[in-house]
Amino acid sequence: MKRASLSPRRQYHQARWNEPILYELGSPGERGILPPGIDAAIEAEIQGWEQRIPASMRRESLPNLPEISQVEILRHYLRLSQENLGAGLIADMGMATSTVKYNPPVNEKLAGSPKLTALHPLQPEETIQGILEIMYKLGQFLAEISGMDKVSLQPRAGSQAIYANIAMIRAYHASRGEGQQRDEIITTIFSHPSDAAAPSTAGYKIITLYPEEKGYPSLQALEAAVSERTAGMFLTNPDDTGIFNPRIRDFVEVVHAAGGLCAYDQANANGLLGIARAREAGFDLCHFNLHKTFSTPHASGGPATGVSCVTQALAPFLPAPTVEFDGERYYLDYDRPESIGKIGQFYGVAANFVRAYAWIMMHGAAGLREVSQAAVLNNNYLMKKILEIPGVTAPYEPGQPRIEQVRYSWQKLIQETGLAITDIANRAADYRMHFFLSHHPFVVPDPATLEPTESYSKRDLDEYAAAWASIADEARHQPDLVRDAPHRAPIHQMRDQEAWLTDPDKWAPTWRAYRRKHSQAAGRDS
Amino acid sequence: MSRARVRLGLIVNPMAGLGGRVGLKGSDGESIQQRAIALGAQPRAGERAREALTALLPLKDDIEIVTYAGEMGAEAAESLGFRAQVIGRIEAGRSRAQDTRRAAQSMKEMNVALILFAGGDGTARDVYDAVGSDVAVLGIPAGVKIHSPVYAVHPRAAGELAARLARGERLAFREAEVIDLDEEAYRSGKVSTRLYGYLKVPFVRQFVQSAKSASPASEQEAAREIAAFVVGQMQPGVAYIVGPGTTTRAIAACLGLEKTLLGVDVFLDKALLARDVNERQMLDVLAQYPERKIIVTPIGGQGYLFGRGNQQISPPILRAVGRENILVVSTLNKIIALRGQPLLVDTGEAETDHLLQGYMQVITGYDQRLIYRVMAADSQAGQAL
Repeated sequence: MKRASLSPRRQYHQARWNEPILYELGSPGERGILPPGIDAAIEAEIQGWEQRIPASMRRESLPNLPEISQVEILRHYLRLSQENLGAGLIADMGMATSTVKYNPPVNEKLAGSPKLTALHPLQPEETIQGILEIMYKLGQFLAEISGMDKVSLQPRAGSQAIYANIAMIRAYHASRGEGQQRDEIITTIFSHPSDAAAPSTAGYKIITLYPEEKGYPSLQALEAAVSERTAGMFLTNPDDTGIFNPRIRDFVEVVHAAGGLCAYDQANANGLLGIARAREAGFDLCHFNLHKTFSTPHASGGPATGVSCVTQALAPFLPAPTVEFDGERYYLDYDRPESIGKIGQFYGVAANFVRAYAWIMMHGAAGLREVSQAAVLNNNYLMKKILEIPGVTAPYEPGQPRIEQVRYSWQKLIQETGLAITDIANRAADYRMHFFLSHHPFVVPDPATLEPTESYSKRDLDEYAAAWASIADEARHQPDLVRDAPHRAPIHQMRDQEAWLTDPDKWAPTWRAYRRKHSQAAGRDS
Repeated sequence: MSRARVRLGLIVNPMAGLGGRVGLKGSDGESIQQRAIALGAQPRAGERAREALTALLPLKDDIEIVTYAGEMGAEAAESLGFRAQVIGRIEAGRSRAQDTRRAAQSMKEMNVALILFAGGDGTARDVYDAVGSDVAVLGIPAGVKIHSPVYAVHPRAAGELAARLARGERLAFREAEVIDLDEEAYRSGKVSTRLYGYLKVPFVRQFVQSAKSASPASEQEAAREIAAFVVGQMQPGVAYIVGPGTTTRAIAACLGLEKTLLGVDVFLDKALLARDVNERQMLDVLAQYPERKIIVTPIGGQGYLFGRGNQQISPPILRAVGRENILVVSTLNKIIALRGQPLLVDTGEAETDHLLQGYMQVITGYDQRLIYRVMAADSQAGQAL
């Protein structure tokens, strides 16, 4: 196996700072910011404010905030950012499902402009016409991309968009007097877990379909699931296997015939832009994640934006307010009596609207289609290289092309070497690569999921495949090297991981809880 | 820091795996073993045991291995320099299965921390016969037939798990099915398996076969969730025929009842109506109660819904109760371990098998169901992933 393309960064080592937590830095009295005193006029206005807060709500002691200088804070976060595998550091195609693509810095520049950052959401509408225009037009773009009639930019995440969608489905059935009767949601096991979790949180019973030989469920399985209790179906297509269910229209028809609605999880639409639309497949609702498809950053688990898109029939139920245009001015429409209501403070994450708007404008319609074509081409090129590695397979329909990602299986190599898939994942960190396995449950055995998106070059792809080949080679000839990995990361394996994560006596949700549980560890260097 | 040495039991079934390479589909029984050797079969269980023990080499001084002489363990342990306490010998003319049972029994009495046994399903059965689910055990895969999820995924993985235990790590345990084929039937082309019982095996996700859930805690939690849902749906006046298994046992536990683990019980109005019933007793129940349902869980690793381990729920009973009154319960983990293979039915009557075929809803959690295929065992043709 050729490994030449690995050579430039063979000696990679992640930064290791052994960084303490913020509370352990600084010293009493240290300050990062010295705010100016209160303006005399304001002080006069708010005189006696303490007395206006009920005694029970007043703090008796000052909050325990870190006392630390600005430069220490800067160093702290810079160090932490280096002890990481981020999209800006590496070719991050090992995080499929999450879909990590390039976030052009020019979008950050636009989003960081004082024209946006100095705005307040409570400003009069006539003073925020610019951002309202961006929101309105972005909504129109996404309606066009999905084929839907109207959108809401409010959801702060894909899962919240799914939640908004199930809330609208409930409102729709309730409006027809079928709200009580229709209490079941159908999904597939390879769909994003939120497609089951969000409706379950909303109180629905979940019926899951299982893939068959071709990697997607049969129509007969769906027929066994639908009834007069079906409220709707939520699914991804393609899902994490990268396999597209070509009978999706038939699926939608079966659900419609039973009186249910269909919601297309298009959080990751990287293989579909300008190629296939939710509307043409018959769906009633869909959603996009701006951070998966439209290049806004994933940040640290948000702030994100999920966009709910619906047909005219469901438009009355969209979250309020919506952004409207009367031909002269843009405005927020709160007068929506059938709306499911607000689903978050204000109107959504404005900075993301600017980033996604800029990204779409940069590409144009033809460019968006090219994004998907490149993503699909990259994926299939990478798959061909990966499948040359003995011991790695792509279950379901061997030889068939995939859309934008592939869930591979290392099972053969695992069985041959006695290593665990987590050993392989740990070793991938030594090659400065993310290695996402799969959500639970692992339907594909010993899984790993790759998605190269449109962002990465042929050289990146070759290097990634070469790294996997190298790891497979090591697994066969130097298994201990793999078993003991990572060797070049800031922290080593977590020993006894299962127990730490599942034993309530051991795990701790916060640092403070950890210290409480393990007081003897307090003085120890961790 | 000095620490008391950890005592590990080691049982190698030297005949395990003999049949496989020479196409004999198993190695149970002495005549078949002799035939295998005549066909040129080489014992490989000892080598597999050595492979497992290799992972324990760094802990050599902290471990005491308790084993039987020669090829039943001492040979493998001593060849790697382990201190082995030999507690028994293979006596000429004695059957191998009995040796395994005797060894496991002695190890249980010696309070070993874990019994490692190299073999296949037959060996697991022998260990189970001797120690039940009282002692922690783990299989080193060496046999031809390995359907029981009591084996590590690889000999080395078995060693790694034992090493974790020896290092003092607190491991979680789960009950895993002991399943074995009827080898006589298998060799004549008919697949017939039985659920013999449950062994207590250490659980670390990536090391143990068919154990794909996050932890035994979550597996038990899943079973409790299923139980809470099923109990919530139970209707007064309906007789519930409840098949064997740990998932159905959780339903009984949720009702505060004790379940016959390997048998069929009948519940009525959330109380026990009849324990460990046979076909005749069930037919009596049916005659008395016009409203009835069957609650079953597939056998882990095999996917048999009817016809294995619950044959007393016979075709007449299935026909009388009707397909629509069968509640299938299973943790998702157990379904996924089937790798896409449909649930199987082999009731012994083609007509009844046909009635049960198609898609069924499997209760996998509270308000959670999975649509899954059911097929007659004889029409199932290697569809696993």
